Order: sequence, then C-alpha cells, then structure tokens
Amino acid sequence: MRKISMFVVLYVVWCLLVFPYDRTTGQWDTQSLLVGLVAALVVVVLFGNALPDRSCFLLAPRRWFWALVYIPFFAYYCLKANLEVAYLVLHPDMPIRPGIVKVRTSLRTRVAITALANSITLTPGTLTVDADEDGTLYVHWIDVKFAEDDEATREIVSRFEGHLRRIFE
Amino acid sequence: MNEYIGVAIVIVGLAFDVFGCVGLVRLPDIYTRLQAATKCVTLGTCMILIGIAILTGLNATGVKALVCMAFVLITSPTAAHAIARGAYKFGVKLEEPTVVDRYAETQTDEGRS
Amino acid sequence: MEAFLYTALGVLVATSYMCLYRIGSGPTAPDRTVAIDILGTSLVGFCALLCLLTGRDFYMNVAMAWALLSFIGTIALAKHLEGMGFDE
Repeated sequence: MRKISMFVVLYVVWCLLVFPYDRTTGQWDTQSLLVGLVAALVVVVLFGNALPDRSCFLLAPRRWFWALVYIPFFAYYCLKANLEVAYLVLHPDMPIRPGIVKVRTSLRTRVAITALANSITLTPGTLTVDADEDGTLYVHWIDVKFAEDDEATREIVSRFEGHLRRIFE
Repeated sequence: MNEYIGVAIVIVGLAFDVFGCVGLVRLPDIYTRLQAATKCVTLGTCMILIGIAILTGLNATGVKALVCMAFVLITSPTAAHAIARGAYKFGVKLEEPTVVDRYAETQTDEGRS
Repeated sequence: MEAFLYTALGVLVATSYMCLYRIGSGPTAPDRTVAIDILGTSLVGFCALLCLLTGRDFYMNVAMAWALLSFIGTIALAKHLEGMGFDE
C-alpha cells in the first residue's frame, strides 16, 4: 500500500515536470509517459523502505479536500504576516520585543508536526526554533504578547491544529 | 486581461522581496532577520512564480513554475528552522530587547558538543 | 513588457546586493548562512523572470534545480554550525 501510493505520487510529479501533452496538436507524448513509468518503478523498488510508514494518507480524497480548504486560510495568514513584517521593517524605530516561548501541540504524527512547524514559520511574527518528539515546539516570537505556555499556545498554535489534524491524522 | 493580473502579482512579489532584504540589512539580531527575510522572500518568490504561471498560461513552463513554487514553499521554512537551531547551538545570543527565552532551559542538561 | 521585465530584473539585482552586504559584513557565521539562503531563494525568482524575458524553457528547470540545491546547501551549512561552537 505504501509503495503503491509512493508510486502514484512520483508518477504525478514526473508528469507535472515533463508535461507530456501538446496542446497545439492535442497528442500525448507516449515516450515520456513510458520513461516516467520505468523511472518511478525503479525509485520505488530502490527506496521504497526509506519513507515514513504512514504515507498511505496521500491517497485519501477527503484529506485532499481539507488540504484545498487549508490553502486560502493559510494564504490569508501568510499575506498578513508579510504586511506586518513590511510595517516593522519600514518603521523608523522598529518596535520589536523578541523572545523564545514554548508551546504545546496535541498533534502526534511526525508529518503533522512538521507541517505545523512550517506553517508557524510562515505566519505572523513567529519562527519555529526546535521541536520535540512529544509535541513541544520552541517558537521565536518577534513581538511577545504572552510569555506563559498556555496563552502562547492559544495564540500561536490553535488556529492551525484543527485543520492539520483533519489533513494528516 | 490576464497580462495585467500577472504583471500586478509580479510587482507585488518584487515589493515583498525588497522588504525582506531591507529587513535583512536593518534588523538587529539573527533571529529577527531570519523571520523577516524568510517570510517576505518566500512569499515574494512564490508570487513572482504565480505571476509567471498566469502570464504564460497552462503549458509546460506555467506548470513548472507552479511545481517550483511548491518546492520553495516547502523547503524555505525548513531551511529557516535548521538555521535557527544551528545558530542557537552555535552560541549566538538573543539581542538586547529580548524579553523571554524558554529554550535556554533545555540546553543546560543536554550539554553542547 | 520588455521594459517591465528589465526593471524587475534590476530590482532583484538590488536585493541580491543587499544580501551580499550581509554576507560581507555579518558579524557571525550564522548571519552569513541566512544571507546565502535568502540569496538562493531570490535567484530562483531571477531565473524564472529570465525564462519569460528570453522565451527559453530551460531557465525554469534551472530555477527548480537551484531551489532544491540551495535548500540542501543551507541544511548542510546549518548542520555544520550546530556542531561547532563560538570558540572553534
């Protein structure tokens, strides 16, 4: 199951990279398609055991739906983050109060924690510094509002957790 | 029509790139610099790539631009995370206006190599 | 259109000079690593714009390969920093 999902993902990535469909003539490039098939097969046979165990979530359509819902939500926070940083950088005094706070997450799988850390890095004023196995994240915050764990968790983590749990767990 | 939208998105992306690099020069401390530069330059590059995908339309180049955007969006925060951790372990202290540092507690028992 | 593309490339060159300033004057090694990472990411945008300007497809492949390779280089530098202290 794991190898099949990996094969499908690799083949889709190959097709996106090569784009074997000519729009002017409307013909498919069978040569590229076959080479992609062989290449994906070779990679799966050689490196099939190197991936994490739960990569079968890549084939569930429900998760793809929630991922699509997540994109505009994430884009909104990303834009907001950039406008905030632009304000900070162009302000003559640079009103910053940086610090590292500790937050906890209830997500368990490693893929989900990685996605959460990356989302935190791209959203307003926060940057993940380190992550533990048991769901503790150390977050550098450019404008510390709450130094305590619980309040910081509510402010930083909770807006993504529900979405990511639906996507990855 | 598509052309105007694409050009507008590219211009916004360029503006974010410039803000990020100004932050890289102006901010006082490596962690704050990392924040400003990573966020702004990632989103700026992504918007440039989206604009190019809109300008060229749905052909090989446009799809490649979108795939490249996905790569940048995944790799850039991961690299920032690695640099932040590396800088902390390297021994760069947080600068003067810092108010709290909860990460320092974990460093004492672990011991630096 | 061409004038706009040349202006855009000029802006990206200016941001690259800001990164180069930080690489030259950064007080510690991590500062320089950050600047190298940012330089790599903004050069991806540069290559993509070149693809539009010259009309040649392969610049997009260059951009993609550059994105992945600069990521690997940055990770390697960061891991190297983690293992060495200030005193070395």
